[in-house]
Amino acid sequence: MLILENITWAVPGGEQILKGVDLVIPSGGLTVITGPNGGGKTSLAKIVAGIETADSGRILLDGEDLTSLSITERARKGVGYAFQQPVRFKGITVRDLLELAAGHALGEKELCDILGSVGLCTHDYIDREVSTGLSGGEIKRIEIASVLARSDTKLCIFDEPEAGIDLWSFAGLLEAFQKLKTKNSGSILIISHQERILNIADEIVVIADGKVKARGSRQEIMPTLLADEKAAHCPRGKEVY
Amino acid sequence: MNKITEKLLEVIADWTGSFSGAFNIREDGQCVGRQSSPFVQIESMAGGAGMEIRILPGCKGETVYIPACVTKSDVTDLVYNDFYVADGCDVTIVAGCGVHNDGEGEAKHNGIHRFFIGKGAHVLYKEKHVGIGEGSGAKRIDPITDIHLEEDAVMEMDTTQISGVDSTVRTTNANLAARAKLIIHERLMTDGDETAKTDFTVNMNGDDAGVDLISRSVAKDRSHQEYRSIIRGNTRCTGHSECDAILVGNGTVSAAPELFAGHIDAALIHEAAIGKIAGEQILKLQTLGLTEEEAEQKIIDGFLRG
Repeated sequence: MLILENITWAVPGGEQILKGVDLVIPSGGLTVITGPNGGGKTSLAKIVAGIETADSGRILLDGEDLTSLSITERARKGVGYAFQQPVRFKGITVRDLLELAAGHALGEKELCDILGSVGLCTHDYIDREVSTGLSGGEIKRIEIASVLARSDTKLCIFDEPEAGIDLWSFAGLLEAFQKLKTKNSGSILIISHQERILNIADEIVVIADGKVKARGSRQEIMPTLLADEKAAHCPRGKEVY
Repeated sequence: MNKITEKLLEVIADWTGSFSGAFNIREDGQCVGRQSSPFVQIESMAGGAGMEIRILPGCKGETVYIPACVTKSDVTDLVYNDFYVADGCDVTIVAGCGVHNDGEGEAKHNGIHRFFIGKGAHVLYKEKHVGIGEGSGAKRIDPITDIHLEEDAVMEMDTTQISGVDSTVRTTNANLAARAKLIIHERLMTDGDETAKTDFTVNMNGDDAGVDLISRSVAKDRSHQEYRSIIRGNTRCTGHSECDAILVGNGTVSAAPELFAGHIDAALIHEAAIGKIAGEQILKLQTLGLTEEEAEQKIIDGFLRG
């Protein structure tokens, strides 16, 4: 279980982004955080992973205080994080990245399971560099795979995993999250604007203007989100925010 | 051969106590082992300045080892090696150089290698350079490689300088005939106060010749590297060069790639990037559980291996 207590954060020398976030993310479930752009979702995720440091507040994972731990220490405590904008590496292959994530050498079957779960064929990708030779969609899937490759996670965070994923592969992505939920007893936290991802959530949290604006089951939250969208005269589409 | 040479050979030429097939081992300017094979003849040049290595017609899949080692101070080893590869041959040539220096004087190796590669032949040339030893004397390696590729010949040159060489000037010149291909992968790492200069000149003189020149380097500490390349497309041809360097600490790199298109159908491309390791790369690997130092090392290892 992830507990966030009164998290605040401001851009150094700039705007106050998070204004006191209190949140409990239960174990064994899939929570989706949504909300308008600039509301603080990615900042909050980065603070949980240790990439940014909160100005105040506490972060507890399964009762252990992570607040003062480094990124590395949090990762070793079981925090997995898939970046919204994946990083490219010259010279590091897909195999290298997945084996670093897993912490050990991976056999062909394991690699096939991991890459297959994000819709990629091992044979075609395993020796390719995680670099400019891969499209945005391909690199995004590999980023997601790098979290799925880890076996020790208590909390998996995916920041806008749908970005760059084509419509035809979306069902596979949803299936991968469902599978992860089944095999992983920890928490899954997804930041997303996508209705189809919101539809698989056990719980939806709406963050806007640096605060938790609403939280509840998808049955409770979705009608409000869709009504807000309509009221804002957004074109009817897949993004609810 | 002395123990230091054996140690250097393990690093530069995958030595496991012996070589199979043709080889010549050079230690402190002297030949300490030589063997020819039915398809590879190794003979001393007149005057003893070096060797002629002849890859004979019909040679397929053989590996030839031509390593050179300098094991002590106050040695300047200059050697000329000429490789003649017959038409249609397919051969791997391993020609690394290791310099060991525990003294105060300079230890230096200059290897001047000339390749005359016949029509349709394929050569994989592997060259690994390393410097070891705790002496204050400089360790220098200054290789010159001249390549002449006839029609349809292919040469892949895999050249690496791992570490420990105080100063190096690496010069490579190539002339390509019609449909000849040259692929060069250079990997270079300098640290401390080391300096490295690389200079490539490639002339494409026959239609449909092609060159792919990829250089990846890491300059650590206070080390300095200079990269120069010129690709001249004198006919209908393709040329690509890619020069990437990572800076660590106070390392500095100067890169000056040049392209010359002397024909309307010469298609030449250059890409270059110099900079420190991107912070996001370190962060990504930290989220996988690596420390900052481990992440940096993985990124450098991968970069130089790729």
